[in-house]
Amino acid sequence: MHIPDGFIDAPVSIGAGLLAISAVSVSLKKTRGQLDSKTAPMAGLAAVFIFAVQMMNFPVAAGTSGHLLGGVLAAILIGPYAAMLAMTVVLSIQALVFADGGLSALGLNILNMGIVTVVIGWGMFVLLQKLLPKNRSGLITACVAAAFVSVPASAAAFVVEYALGGTATFTLSAVLKAVIGVHLLIGIGEALITAVTVSAVLSARPDLVYGARKLQAASQLVITNNEKISA
Amino acid sequence: MSFKKFLVIALFISAMIAGALSFYASSNPDGLEKVAADHALDVNAKDSATSDSPFADYGFAAIDDPRLSGAVSGLVGIGVVGLAGAGLYFWMRKPEDS
Repeated sequence: MHIPDGFIDAPVSIGAGLLAISAVSVSLKKTRGQLDSKTAPMAGLAAVFIFAVQMMNFPVAAGTSGHLLGGVLAAILIGPYAAMLAMTVVLSIQALVFADGGLSALGLNILNMGIVTVVIGWGMFVLLQKLLPKNRSGLITACVAAAFVSVPASAAAFVVEYALGGTATFTLSAVLKAVIGVHLLIGIGEALITAVTVSAVLSARPDLVYGARKLQAASQLVITNNEKISA
Repeated sequence: MSFKKFLVIALFISAMIAGALSFYASSNPDGLEKVAADHALDVNAKDSATSDSPFADYGFAAIDDPRLSGAVSGLVGIGVVGLAGAGLYFWMRKPEDS
């Protein structure tokens, strides 16, 4: 769902660019000096994996495809601030090297796919973690819901931008219905890919999943308690 | 599983997806492109300023074979994103780890 050049006028593109720059600079501040010898390579790896999976467009309806956005996957693997940076790296390289998404629309694309997905999806994930059982299935359920919601949220951001600065005349209600409808379907794919990937990393190295730190801490507490009881 | 082994496997999977599996990706327009075309939102759309990049649209201009061309493009992408990501995150790491 990369916006090409000429879709949305200059003022709205610049506005979105400024919002994206603000989010990226907050992320740089929050991430700077925080990554260690495991989390730094994990963040680079998340960017590489998301770039690769974004190439895998999957069919969603007659004549229409969708692809992973990856903001929620990145946030759960490496944390929300590093995720916004990873998404910015991926989207910038897609625009610069692969002509995927317009250069003048880069701010819009970073905002929609790299910031909105992370902010909405991570918010949802944190909220659900509080409500759901503190175990693996609770975590995966939160993953699924957060990833699913992030896609129509991102699509809704596009509709707002198009309503403010679209370069063609259109009927807002019809476009809103069509955009959200198809992105609900794409959201199912996003949820599946996110859940499968997070499950795989949890099985291999649960300590590498940022979103499972509380789970890790809880299970270590249980082990410590058991040791105390048996001692 | 050691961290090194984890990284190698994950990079291998990424390279396989970008370099080989992506050939089988759906070539239909994505949700946004489809709605834009259906509702004529794209009448003023322009080609990207980078559309003459040798890797535009995930191909490689120097190779005609679509499978090979896409594979080269995908692997170049993995390399470029990997380098950019690694550069950024090593700059971001804890001072005591450097």
